[in-house]
Amino acid sequence: MNRTLWVILVGACLIAPFFVYPVFLAKLLCFGLFACAFNLLIGYTGLLSFGHAAFFGSAAYVCGYLARDVGLTPELAILSGGLAAGAIGYVFGALAIRRQGIYFAMITLALAQIVFFIALKAPITGGEDGLQGVPRGNALGLIDLNDTMAMYYFVMTVFLAGFWLIARIVDSPFGQVLKAIRENEPRALSLGFNVARYKHMAFVLSAALAGVAGATKTIVFQFASLPDASWHLSGEVVLMTLLGGLGTILGPMVGAFTVVSLQSELSGFGSWVTVAIGLTFIVCVLLFRRGIVGELEHFFRKRFSTVKVDQKPSVRHESTTETR
Amino acid sequence: MSLSLNAILAQAMLGLTNGAFYAILSLGLAVIFGLLNIINFAHGAVYMLGAMVALIGYSYLGSWIGVPELQAGFWWALALAPLVVGVFGMIIERTMLKRLYQLDHLYGLLLTFGIALVLQGFFLNYFSTGGTPYPATPAVLKGAVDLGFMYFPTYRLFAIIASLAVCFATWYVIERTQIGALLRAGTENPNLVQAFGVNVPLMVTLTYGFGVALAAFAGVVAAPIYSISPLMGADLIIIVFAVVVIGGMGSIMGAIVTGLSLGMIEGLTKVIYAPAANTVIFLLMVLVLLIRPAGLFGKER
Repeated sequence: MNRTLWVILVGACLIAPFFVYPVFLAKLLCFGLFACAFNLLIGYTGLLSFGHAAFFGSAAYVCGYLARDVGLTPELAILSGGLAAGAIGYVFGALAIRRQGIYFAMITLALAQIVFFIALKAPITGGEDGLQGVPRGNALGLIDLNDTMAMYYFVMTVFLAGFWLIARIVDSPFGQVLKAIRENEPRALSLGFNVARYKHMAFVLSAALAGVAGATKTIVFQFASLPDASWHLSGEVVLMTLLGGLGTILGPMVGAFTVVSLQSELSGFGSWVTVAIGLTFIVCVLLFRRGIVGELEHFFRKRFSTVKVDQKPSVRHESTTETR
Repeated sequence: MSLSLNAILAQAMLGLTNGAFYAILSLGLAVIFGLLNIINFAHGAVYMLGAMVALIGYSYLGSWIGVPELQAGFWWALALAPLVVGVFGMIIERTMLKRLYQLDHLYGLLLTFGIALVLQGFFLNYFSTGGTPYPATPAVLKGAVDLGFMYFPTYRLFAIIASLAVCFATWYVIERTQIGALLRAGTENPNLVQAFGVNVPLMVTLTYGFGVALAAFAGVVAAPIYSISPLMGADLIIIVFAVVVIGGMGSIMGAIVTGLSLGMIEGLTKVIYAPAANTVIFLLMVLVLLIRPAGLFGKER
C-alpha cells in the first residue's frame, strides 16, 4: 500500500468519530480487522476457512474472562485473546492443512463447531447468556475507556496496528511465498518451499489477528456471547471479504463496513437480514467475483494500463482461479 | 451410572435413527460432489425445505388455494415433497450453479451457502425456531414395537427402514445399472462421456435434482420425529460435513456405512459420557485426519 493511501486511511479514521456514532465506528473497525485477517488466508494464501468465528469468538471469551474476572487491563486482555486464538489456530491449522480445497473448508467448519459447543456448555462461558458486564477498564492503566471518544481512539489504534501488520506481512518475502502458493501450489513446492509450513504459519497469523478483532469487540460492547463463535459469523466474514474483493488490501475493510452497515440498516426487518445476506452472497458469486475494490482496481487498470504495469495481485488471482 | 446392555442397545437404536439421516444426507452430498465437483452447502436447507413442504402441504396449502378440506397427508408428502424440492434444485442448477463449473470449486460452496441463508431466513420469518410438530403422522406408524430388548417407537423403525431402503436403492442404481454406469463414467471423465453422445449437462441437472430430492426425502421422514424448524438443517449439515470428511466422498457405500455407524457411536456416547455427544463426531473427525487424512473410504485426488 502506498503512502497516500495510508495518509487518507489514518486521516479518515481520525476525523470519522466527529461525524458518525463512535461505538458504531468501533464496531466497523473490529469487523474490518476481522475481515482483513481472514483475507490473509483466503485472499493471499488461497485457503477458504469456514470456521473463522472460532478464533474471533474464543478470543472474545478469553478477553472477557480476563478483563472481568481476573482484572487485566484491556490491552493485555486483548493481547491474551489474540494469543489464545493463535494457539487454537495452531492446532486447527495443523489438522486442516492435511486436506485441501473443499475439505479444508468443511474441516475448519466442523472444528469451529467444537469451539461453539465449548462456549455453549463450559461452566465459565455463561452458556446462552455469554459473558456479560465486561468492564472497559483503563487502557495501560491510564486512559479511561468508558469515555466513548477515548474508547474509539483506542480501538482505532488496535485496528491500525493490526492492519499495518497485515499489509507488512503481505508485502514481505513471506507474503510473496504465500501468493506463490495461492497461484500454483505444486510449483511452489517444487521450488523448495515447505508449503505446509507456510500455510500453517499463515493460518496461525490469520487466527491470532482475527482473535485480536474479537477481543477488541468484547471491550467495545462489554460482552462476549454465542453469536461471536457461531457459523453464521464464519459465513459473514467470508461474505465481507468476497464483497470487498478477495486478495485486495482494502477490500475486506470495505466489505466489512458494507455488510455491518447493511445489517444495522436492516435490523428492523428481522430475518429478512439473513435473506439479504444470502442474496448478496449469490449476487457476489455469480456476477461480482472481483468485489468492490477489485472491480475498481480492474476498472482503473484497464483505463490506464497502456502506460503503467501494476503488480497488484487481485486480477491475476481472479483469472487464474477461473481457469484452475 | 448404570450401563446395562439393554440401555446400550436402546441408545444404539436411537442413534441409528440419526445415523440413517446422516447416511442419506452424506450420500446425496457424495452423489452431487461426484459429478458437479461442488459441495452443496444448501443440503441442510433443502432437508428443512422437504419437512416444510410436508408441513405446508398438510396445514396451509388447502386454505391458500381455497380448498380447506385438502390436506396432503404423510404418504403424499413422502412422494411429492422430494419431487417439488428436486425440481427446485434443478432450477437452481440450471440458472446459477451452471455458471460456476469453470471456476474454483469454492465458488460453488459459497453460492450454495448463500442459497441456504436465503431459504433459512425466509422460513424464519414465518415459522418459530422453537419448532412446529408435524401434525399428520399416520396412525399405522404410531405406538411402539417390542424388539425384545426394548419397546422401540414404530415410526423411528419405519424411518430407519425407509432411509436404508432409499440408500441401498441409490447404491444399486449407481453401481449396478446402465444409468449408474453413465453417471460413474461422467464422474471420471465428463468430456469423454459427452463425446459418446450422452447429454452430460442434462445428466448433471438431473443428478443435482436427485441429490437434493434425497435430502428433501430425509426431511419429510424426519418431520414426525423432530419438530420442524427453519434451523433444523443448519445444525445437521455441519455434522454431515464431518461425516463426509470422516468417510471420504469416494464411495457410495462408504457414505452409507459411515453415516450409520457415526449415528450409533453418537447414540452410545450419550450413555457413556452425555456432554460429549454433541462433539464426538467432530473429535472422531480429528482422529481420522491424524491417522488417515483421505478419510476411511476416500482416495486422495
